[in-house]
Formats: sequence, structure tokens, C-alpha cells
Amino acid sequence: MAMLEVKNLGISFGGLRAVNGFDIKIEKGELYGLIGPNGAGKTTVFNLLTGVYKPDTGSVVLDGTEITGKSTIEISKAGIARTFQNIRLFKDMSVLDNVKAGLHNKHEYSFLAGIFHTPSYQKVEKQMNEQAMELLRVFELEEEADTLASNLPYGKQRKLEIARAMATEPKLLLLDEPAAGMNPNETQALMDMIRFVRDHFNMTVLLIEHDMRLVSGICEELTVLNFGEVLAQGKTSDVLHNPQVITAYLGE
Amino acid sequence: MGKKLNKTAKSNAVTYGMVVAAWAVMMVLQSQGMVSNSISGLLVPVCIYSIMAVSLNLTVGILGDLSLGHAGFMCVGAFASALFTNLTVEAIPATWLRFTLAILVGAAVAAVFGFLIAIPVLRLSGDYLAIVTLAFGEIIKNFLNILYVGKDSHGLHVSIKDSMSLGMEPDGVVIIKGPQGITGTSRDATFTIGIILLLIALFIVLRLIQSRDGRAIKAIRDNRIAAESIGIHITKYKLMAFTISAAIAGMGGALYAHNYSSLAATSAKFGYNMSIMFLVYVVLGGIGNIRGSVIAATILYILPEMLRSMQKYRMLIYAIVLIAVMLFSWSPAAQQFRERYSLKRLFKKNTEKEDA
Amino acid sequence: MSFLSYLINGVSLGSIYAIIALGYTMVYGIAKMLNFAHGDVIMIGAFIVLNALNVMNLPLIPAILVAVVGCTVLGIVIERVAYRPLRNASSPLAVLITAIGVSYLLQNVALLIFGADTVSFPNKITLPALSLADGNLVISSVTIITIVACIVIMAGLMLFINKTKAGQAMLAVSEDKGAAQLMGINVDGTIALTFAIGSALAAIAGFLLCTAYPSLNPYTGSMPGIKAFVAAVFGGIGSVPGAMIGGILLGIIEIFAKAYISSQMADAIVFAVLIVVLLVKPTGLLGKKIQEKV
Repeated sequence: MAMLEVKNLGISFGGLRAVNGFDIKIEKGELYGLIGPNGAGKTTVFNLLTGVYKPDTGSVVLDGTEITGKSTIEISKAGIARTFQNIRLFKDMSVLDNVKAGLHNKHEYSFLAGIFHTPSYQKVEKQMNEQAMELLRVFELEEEADTLASNLPYGKQRKLEIARAMATEPKLLLLDEPAAGMNPNETQALMDMIRFVRDHFNMTVLLIEHDMRLVSGICEELTVLNFGEVLAQGKTSDVLHNPQVITAYLGE
Repeated sequence: MGKKLNKTAKSNAVTYGMVVAAWAVMMVLQSQGMVSNSISGLLVPVCIYSIMAVSLNLTVGILGDLSLGHAGFMCVGAFASALFTNLTVEAIPATWLRFTLAILVGAAVAAVFGFLIAIPVLRLSGDYLAIVTLAFGEIIKNFLNILYVGKDSHGLHVSIKDSMSLGMEPDGVVIIKGPQGITGTSRDATFTIGIILLLIALFIVLRLIQSRDGRAIKAIRDNRIAAESIGIHITKYKLMAFTISAAIAGMGGALYAHNYSSLAATSAKFGYNMSIMFLVYVVLGGIGNIRGSVIAATILYILPEMLRSMQKYRMLIYAIVLIAVMLFSWSPAAQQFRERYSLKRLFKKNTEKEDA
Repeated sequence: MSFLSYLINGVSLGSIYAIIALGYTMVYGIAKMLNFAHGDVIMIGAFIVLNALNVMNLPLIPAILVAVVGCTVLGIVIERVAYRPLRNASSPLAVLITAIGVSYLLQNVALLIFGADTVSFPNKITLPALSLADGNLVISSVTIITIVACIVIMAGLMLFINKTKAGQAMLAVSEDKGAAQLMGINVDGTIALTFAIGSALAAIAGFLLCTAYPSLNPYTGSMPGIKAFVAAVFGGIGSVPGAMIGGILLGIIEIFAKAYISSQMADAIVFAVLIVVLLVKPTGLLGKKIQEKV
């Protein structure tokens, strides 16, 4: 069974058909790329998958569970986590607390336990700290655990956003232009990290990217979106040599 | 990580210690007869306004929503607790028990109002939310000005017209008298109780901030969309923060009601101007800085009282100080200036060089 | 007939709110700040008119002009000294608190100069009242002039914004400050101009308010200021026609509430209507819906 199976997904804004007849099938553990020119509807697809927008048509099935039209919170609990094109960290919280916020639905204690620091509070907080530090270690951020998120350099902010998403223990990780604004060295490091995340957590990853080097370097399969519709789909090397794709990117 | 937890614990200890120390100093001075009447009259109000600032900081600084109706919750808490005290003054002769219950009643009723108001209000954001909270505060104040409550052998009577239409037996007593409010409430509030309530308010807010719920609230403040994406329930936590904030304000109101012999919902005491005053405390003390709220409320409450000798000029000076402090602490130009010439930075520069 | 006369009184009061609300809404639209001191500029305007009439013995029109000039200068100075340094502050609350400080300042300056006592404001509009339906419906000249003034100001402002270069610059700055700057628009000057216009209107509103409700003290501007702010939000803050509609509706609601429900509850009813409107239309009647892009 596929990890994510999307059929005929579509949405209109006013008269504009932003995404139309979008199909995608991603197998467990796959590194999948979603590419396309600016305004093709890539981020809209992410917003549809995560419940920010409700689709007009189509269905989304995650690991055998129908999640079409569910709320963002339900979808997060069902197992989709994401990052954002323009980084959205909890900027006035520490790096550690950003990840602990990601663990929000994984642990629980009552409001009063939190006020009176009962043993259950102590126990759960300890677990959360350990888990969060473990993630920070994976993403090489443990040194900065106490730093405010807004004080991190850009590349580390991107990493922290992925770490926070991973804290929700997702089945599917959506990365929206993770390499945006990075120099070639940083992009290389990011590629290594994405691969590592996939291998280490056996994660399924769907990423939006503009950087062709990154896409061709790590994605096993690609879907190309143009004007809200799927232009090409398949193995990365095949798709990148598809004349239609080249035209869409370079123009006539 | 351990370092950070320690740091928070230390910072909280400083906050509690500061309050306890202020209490101890005042108690010693009072026992030596070194505190004038005019100063001792300020002690409970300082506690009240500190509590108000702490509770508003939960909404403004931690949740990140601008509220201009906080005096309304204080007003509700004050009236509910004073009503309770007046109804039970015979049934519960033990002052401490009655007052404790009255405070709980004040906090609970304010919390209910906070919750009910939050449900519609929290759909809005920014300045729209601010104006609607202001509107609610004004409605509460306005409503209490036409509310009449009396008690006779048949029980409670309520009217929004006048005391005649309560339709009570001859032995009935009117407790809430419209614009005159409630008079003759037992003056149970003391500085020590005020300090205890302030410590409770601080305890609740500071502990909340460190908890899982507090992290969720701060996450919503910093980025609502990201918070939602990791499965944080926005409405639930906004309601939680708003309700707790209102409950603490209700506590402040209960303290207020038992500090003066008469309680009326006047514009000067419970209008939007008062809510704005609390906001001034929060912003000057530092948005999200709980200890700062206490310090700012104390200084800004005492300042105009200290300037009493200057009579006519005192509020003028207050206004100028307020503007000057805001310009100095918030304008980007002034911030750059301070950064450039701060001792901290000069030292830092040197140590950085050594590291290199 | 009483219904009609309440309605006309409501429109008249609403016209005053509308003129004040214009000041709020323009400043909000362009500087994204709630100018809490705006109500106090109204009070200062009214005091200037009063003193120009009584102390300087000027005729009415020149007295109003003096107040307009005085308030315009005041508005520009406030913006320059107290608000501009905080325009790029890290929290929008900074300038809000400063505006509150300016409000206290104006009230206390007025207290020092003019005293705390409430003074009565002379009615200098001595035109005869309009009598309709065999004297069953009498409309005072003040009412008529207030409504006419509101219409003229509104029309003038719309023409100014849509037809002049400075007006277009205001629109551009309110849309996108950065882009406007890049287009060569003098952003500082445009914002100062907005404050100048808002404050000039406040002077006129002060005169009209105190002529209709002839008592004046340093706190007179406070409540009408807040209500006009409510009116601006009601109509959709940032929208000029919205301020007009919001102001007039608010005036009508207030007068009707006073007449038919309870004069003590009138303010509460006004605020309750605002809450209902915002819950149905979260950005006011004519406000633009802004959705955050994910």
C-alpha cells in the first residue's frame, strides 16, 4: 500500500482553478519531488494535503486512512508534518522549546499537573526533554538548545523547522523549498540531511524545490506541476529529460 | 538544557523573592511606625494593580492578543466577590474563610465571563480584537451601573430598572444599588493578603509558561499557522489563556472590592481608561516579562502619588515620562544608540577578540 | 414625527462621529496605528474656537480657521515628535502606548491652561430652525449645518484622495510603504499630511460637537473619540466611506437606543452592535478581508 495516494485533487479560488486533477502516489520510504514553475500550484498542493485549504474535488489517503477535508490538527495527528517556504519558527521560544512544542500531541499531563509540578509533570517533561534533545542531536542543533530560534543562522533555522516537524512523529514529511536562500555548500549539507532523515527514520518525504541540483540529486521520483495540472510524472531522470518539462521551465 | 531550566527557576525565584522582600521591608517599617498613612494606603492598590498587570501580560505578552477590556474582568470579580461577602457576612463569621471564598467567587465569575467573551472574540485578531474587548469591558461597566440586587426572606431579587422594582418585602436589603454600586462591604483586604494573592498570580502564570500548555500558547503567539501545523488546537489554548487571565483579574477585583468601603462601576475605576492603564504597565514592564509587569505597575502607580505635592503638574509629568520612556526604549534609533554604547557590548567585543 | 426627528438627530450626531472617524481611519490606513490621542485633539480644537471667540473676539468663521490651523500644526508636531520615531519599532504596541501618553499629555496641558471646570460652549449658529409638517418636525440649524458639513467634507476628501497627486500618494503609502518609497513617493511627508488632514477635521468636529452638546472640559474629547474609533472599525477601519457609514449608523443607533430603550444603556447598546457586526463581518462593513498567505 502506498504511503500517500492522492486522486483528482482540485481547488478553485474565485474563478481561478489553482489545482486541477492532481494525482500522486508515494511509496513508503520514498523521496519524492514536486517541481514546477512559479505559480504552478505547488504550495497550494501542500496546503490541500495539510488541511489549510479544503479541496473541492478528489481524495487524499494517508497510509490507508482517508484524510480528505480533515482539519490541519487532525491531519497532523494522522501523520503529515510540514515545513514552510518562508520559515515559520516560534521565534521568541528557545530551540529546545520549538521542538518540545512539536511533541505537543505525543505527551500529555493536566493543566494542574503543570502548575503544581506533580510527579507526572516531572516524568513527562523529562521524557519530552530527552526526546527533543535526541532530535536536536540528529539535526546538530544540541549546542543551540537554549538559543532563541530567531537568533539562529538561516541554515539552522531551516534545520530546526524540520526537527520540529519530525517531533510530531509523522508518516509523511512535506518540505516546502528547503533549500531556498541557501548557498551551494549549505544545499549540499541539506541534501545529506534529508537523505539521512529518510534513512534514519525510514521517513517518506515529499519536497517542493526549485534547485534542480537538489532535486536530481536526491529525489527518486518527480511530479511536475504546470498551471495547476500534472505535466509529467515518473522517475527523476525520465521526467527531467521530458521535452514538455524543459519547455515549461525554459519557455518556448 | 539543564542550564536553561536552572536559569528559569532562578529568574522565577528572583521574582518571588523580590515580592516577599518588598513585603518584609514594608512590614518592618510599619512596625517601626515609619510608614505614613498616605503610603500605607498605597500598599494594597499596588498589589491589586500588579496582579492586574501580571494577568494582562498573560493575554498580551504570552498569548499575544491585545486586550483593552481587562478592567471589565476586574469589575466583574469585584462585584461578584462583594456581593458574596454581603450575602454571607452573617452565615460565615470567620473572616478568613469568607474572604477566601469571596476571592474564589470573584475569580470564578470573572473566569466564566472571560470564557464566554473569548468564544466570539477570539475569531478576531489584532486591532479588531482589541476594540471588541474594549466594547465588552464598557458593556460590563454599563450593565453594572443599572443592576439592582436585593435580598429578603424570599431570597435574591434582581432588577435592571431601580430598587423599587425589586419588589421586596419590607425587611429586604438592597445590596447592589445601580450606579451607587455596593457600599459597606467588609474591608478585609490587607497588605499581607494582597502580597499572597500577587504571589499566587505570579505562581500560576510563571508555572503555566513553563508547562506544555504554556508552550502551546506561546507557539500560537509566535506563529499561529505553524502551531496549527504541528497539531496545536488554537481555540482551546486561546480560551485557556483568556480564561485564566480573566480569573486572575477577577482575583484582583475581589481584593479591590474588599479594600474600600464602597464599590461603584465608574468610568474612572473600571472604564477603558483603566484597561489602558494596565496595558501601559505591561508594555513598560516588557511584553511577556512577568516580573517587569510587577515592577512597572508598582512604579507607575506610586509615581503619580509621589508627585502629589506637585498637584496640577503631576499627570503632566507622568504623561511626559511615559512618552519619553516609550521613545527611549522602543524607537529603533534609540535602540541602536544604546546597543552601540552599552557596556555589555564593549565587554563582549573584548572577550570575542580573545576567543579569536 | 418623533421617529423622524430622532432619525435626524441621529444622523447629525453620526455626522460628527463620521468626521472624527475619518481622522482615525485615514491615520490607521496609512500609519497602521490607533491614534488614541485623536479625541483629545478634538477637545483642543474646541478650546481654541472658544478662546478665539471669547478672548480674541473673532467672528465665528475666522475662529474656526484659527482652530483648524492650530490643530493641524498640533497633529503634525505630534506625529513628528512622538510617533515617527516609533514607526519601525519591533512591536506595534509601542506607538499605541505612546499615543496614550500623548492623550494624557493633551488632557493635562488643557487642564493647566483652561482649568478643570466644565465651561459652556456658545451657540454661534444663529440661523433659524427649519420647521416642517406644520411645525411638528423642527430641525435646528445646528443639525442641518452639521450634516451639510459632513457631506461637504466627505465629498472633498474623496475628491482629494482620488483626483490629486497627494491623495494618490496616500493610497499608495497605505497599500505598501516600501513600494511607495521605491516609486519616489515621500512617505514621511505623506504620513505627515494625513495627520494634518485628520487633525484639521478634528478641529471642525470639535466645534460641531460642542455646538450640538455645549459643554467643554479637558476630557470632553475622550468618549466621542472612542466612539468615533468604534465607528471607524464598524465601517471597516482604513476605509473612508466606511468611516462615514459607520459614523452615521453609530449616531442613529445611539440616539434610538437613548430614545426607545434606555439612556443609561445607550453606550452599551452601541458597543453591543459593534460586537455583533464584527462577529458577522470580522473586518467591518466595508473593510477589506486580509488573508495570511501560507
